[in-house]
Amino acid sequence: MTPRGQVLLWVAQRGSAAVLGLCVIVHLATIIVAVQGGLTGAEILARVRGSGAWLAFYSLFVAAVAVHGPIGIRTILHEMTALRRGVVDGLAVATAGLILALGFRAAWGLYGAA
Amino acid sequence: MKTAGVAARRSTAYDPDMTETLSVQVWRGSERGAFVAYSVPRRASQTVLDVVTHIQRRIDASLSYRFACRVGMCGSCAMTVNGRPRWTCRTHVDRVAKNGDLTIAPLRNLPVIKDLAVDMREFFDKWARAKGQFQPTASRRDGFAVVRPDSAARKQADAGIECIGCGVCHAACDVVAWNRDYLGPAALNRAWTLFSDTRDGGQATRLAAVAGDAGCHACHSHQSCQEHCPKHLNPTASIAGLKRAAAWAALKGQI
Repeated sequence: MTPRGQVLLWVAQRGSAAVLGLCVIVHLATIIVAVQGGLTGAEILARVRGSGAWLAFYSLFVAAVAVHGPIGIRTILHEMTALRRGVVDGLAVATAGLILALGFRAAWGLYGAA
Repeated sequence: MKTAGVAARRSTAYDPDMTETLSVQVWRGSERGAFVAYSVPRRASQTVLDVVTHIQRRIDASLSYRFACRVGMCGSCAMTVNGRPRWTCRTHVDRVAKNGDLTIAPLRNLPVIKDLAVDMREFFDKWARAKGQFQPTASRRDGFAVVRPDSAARKQADAGIECIGCGVCHAACDVVAWNRDYLGPAALNRAWTLFSDTRDGGQATRLAAVAGDAGCHACHSHQSCQEHCPKHLNPTASIAGLKRAAAWAALKGQI
């Protein structure tokens, strides 16, 4: 990867961290408000099923995690293991793909179209 | 009266709690070696470099170490003292060995040549890789450059300019230990002072040289460099400046 590519990964990780900061605040606030009347699966589904707004929110959340986490994993693997650069980059991309697949599957499932 | 006068003078020169001798463990060997114990007389205002010098001149002449100015200017005498990288010529024994025990080892993150002397080539090669050389934009036929001391750029450069190249920050940096390609705090601090020098013409190539996984963007901002710098510089702040500048340059397609 070129130095420019490496710098852009750094920018992407900082940018996704900013998005995650907002998403986590909304997520935690929702949890705190939602559990006031007890926590049931039915209540959660009543809130998010068919809601385009919640689907958009959690899609953004998943996308930000899929960008942020694997870039950090790439750094950790590079610093803590003897794996070659190409292998480390491949594992980071695979992690991003896994997070995207599982995350969107969960968000789409709650939306009710699964 | 004469006896009292001597006692008074001694009380200012010697701490009554001070032990008579220091128990000193010194690394002997190269990458492979062992600590060897020495007993060194304790003296008032004694520095760690004084201790090492005593061992080399009075006990074992085969001990290798490096020093030059002895006044905190040249950056030659840095060693690991009781687990922390320090400049030994300005480190008083009183501050670091209150119980009389000293462990002196070579600097971390650099190959050991022998005993307390490390190979600094890797350290200074990284300064060269970071384009740490001034790139002039004027010739000897031009007039003196006028740089206002209170300008933002000059203040920025001044904040990091007093580096003596001792290698303490390099030894203190965990990222250097984890990623041997990482340029390290001293080289990046040097690049930042030049980046902030309005007379310098090598900014684009310098930013490209210090950007990315082996450069400023590898820094985790642990701030060990700032914590240990004997000159109280803040290389982490310099590296943060480089990160911002290189990020903007990358976004604009300039690197």
